Amino acid sequence: MTGKAYVKKIRSGEARLWPSRRPLLTRLDIELTERCNNNCVHCSVNRPAGDYDAREREWGAESWKKLLGEAAVLGCLVVRLTGGEPLLRGDFEEIYIQARRLGLRVMIFTNATLVTPGLARLLKDMPPLEAVEVSVYGMKKETYEAVTRTPGSFDAFRRGLRLLRDNGVPFIVKGAVLPGTRGEMDEFEAWAAGLPGAAGLPSYAQLFDLRSRRNGRKNALISSLRPDAAEFVRVSRRHGEEAVGEWRDFCGRSGGGHGGRLFSCLPSGGSASVDPYGQLQYCLGLRHPATVYDLATGSLREAVTEFLPRVRDMRSADRAYLERCGRCFLKGLCEQCPAKSWAEHGTLDTPVEYFCGIAHAQAAAAGLLEPGEKAWTVADGAARTKQRS
Amino acid sequence: MNDKIDLDKVYAPSEDVVVREIEGEVVIVPLVSGIGDVEDELFTLNETGRDIWKRVDGSKPLAAVVRELAEEYDAPAGLIEGDVVGLLEELLVRKMVVEKQ
Repeated sequence: MTGKAYVKKIRSGEARLWPSRRPLLTRLDIELTERCNNNCVHCSVNRPAGDYDAREREWGAESWKKLLGEAAVLGCLVVRLTGGEPLLRGDFEEIYIQARRLGLRVMIFTNATLVTPGLARLLKDMPPLEAVEVSVYGMKKETYEAVTRTPGSFDAFRRGLRLLRDNGVPFIVKGAVLPGTRGEMDEFEAWAAGLPGAAGLPSYAQLFDLRSRRNGRKNALISSLRPDAAEFVRVSRRHGEEAVGEWRDFCGRSGGGHGGRLFSCLPSGGSASVDPYGQLQYCLGLRHPATVYDLATGSLREAVTEFLPRVRDMRSADRAYLERCGRCFLKGLCEQCPAKSWAEHGTLDTPVEYFCGIAHAQAAAAGLLEPGEKAWTVADGAARTKQRS
Repeated sequence: MNDKIDLDKVYAPSEDVVVREIEGEVVIVPLVSGIGDVEDELFTLNETGRDIWKRVDGSKPLAAVVRELAEEYDAPAGLIEGDVVGLLEELLVRKMVVEKQ
């Protein structure tokens, strides 16, 4: 025997514990509810807080606790509790405590409006081991509530954030670039920089997802709030050319088109997601019936070891996809993926013109494309990226 | 001899941590605040630490742990004792083990 430094610390986001053999599941995303106490204009998951049908169908705490136990057995280290607004659930603390007692880190995505003194104390005494992620919709009451369409939500958010701060609960704030909030980005960033634990600029939601549950009217509203490609590039360049350099590097690393392979983003032993009703998916947006596993008919282990690998192997036969996305060296940069094609078109592989336009604008800004050039016509994207980097 | 770790005493994992074994790694997850230096840390043990940890279960004094390991590894008890005390020091300072009364 020998030993110095017997105990090794592992910080969140650091190198993986298992370089060669990973657990069957490393992260589980749980959408505890579709319901939300806000009614944000851009949000893809916000049924009304009192939606009876949704509430009746949601899994109860016992089902979630059982699932968390199965996840821990599979080696899962991190669970993300999201929604809708997860704090709407009266049993949130019960589910949270169970996750922590199983030795899971817990990521909480919230608007913070429902943080109570009791919850803040719980998060202080039994920390989630991940910063609570708080979405912020504006710096002024008028701006904020024009987004949330919920009177009183601005004051409630400030009160919730204060409770987290006063209890020393680590949190990070995230913005949303909307027509009404664009003029407040400088103010938001200055405010965020003064918060405890602030590191770097806050992240923003900008290329808003459409409803994966495919609601035409809400999707039209969300689409109307998205920036066009030029605006996206302009906003990304607000602080200089760092973002453009990252796009170039990303193209260099992502290895070009993936042919007919649909799920280039999914490693084995990665994450899985479960919606409020026990439907397991690779990610919360991926709701195509062929990619959804009903946990009422099987187990998490079966879903992870048998079902998800079959999904991962799915390939496209769509001609437009194969001729464009399958050959495109911007594939790693582009937001198109089966979940996005599903939300936009109800298929797994129809090219999404909006994201295609964004990716081309990014590549043009990075000097990787000529004006009017289509990325899938570039014969050797890797060589192009190397040459122009 | 270390003045904090007593080989005649019995130590056990603290109830303030959750200990998990995942793919051969022992992962120690803080359950309450004040275990790590910051709040987003997990801990693992090196190979030596893992072998010792499995025996620090609240059932026997550390001296017995040293004897068991010396037998298993056919190594001098003094060498083993250094490792056992070294690990327990680290675990105790992080409040991951407690002394059983």
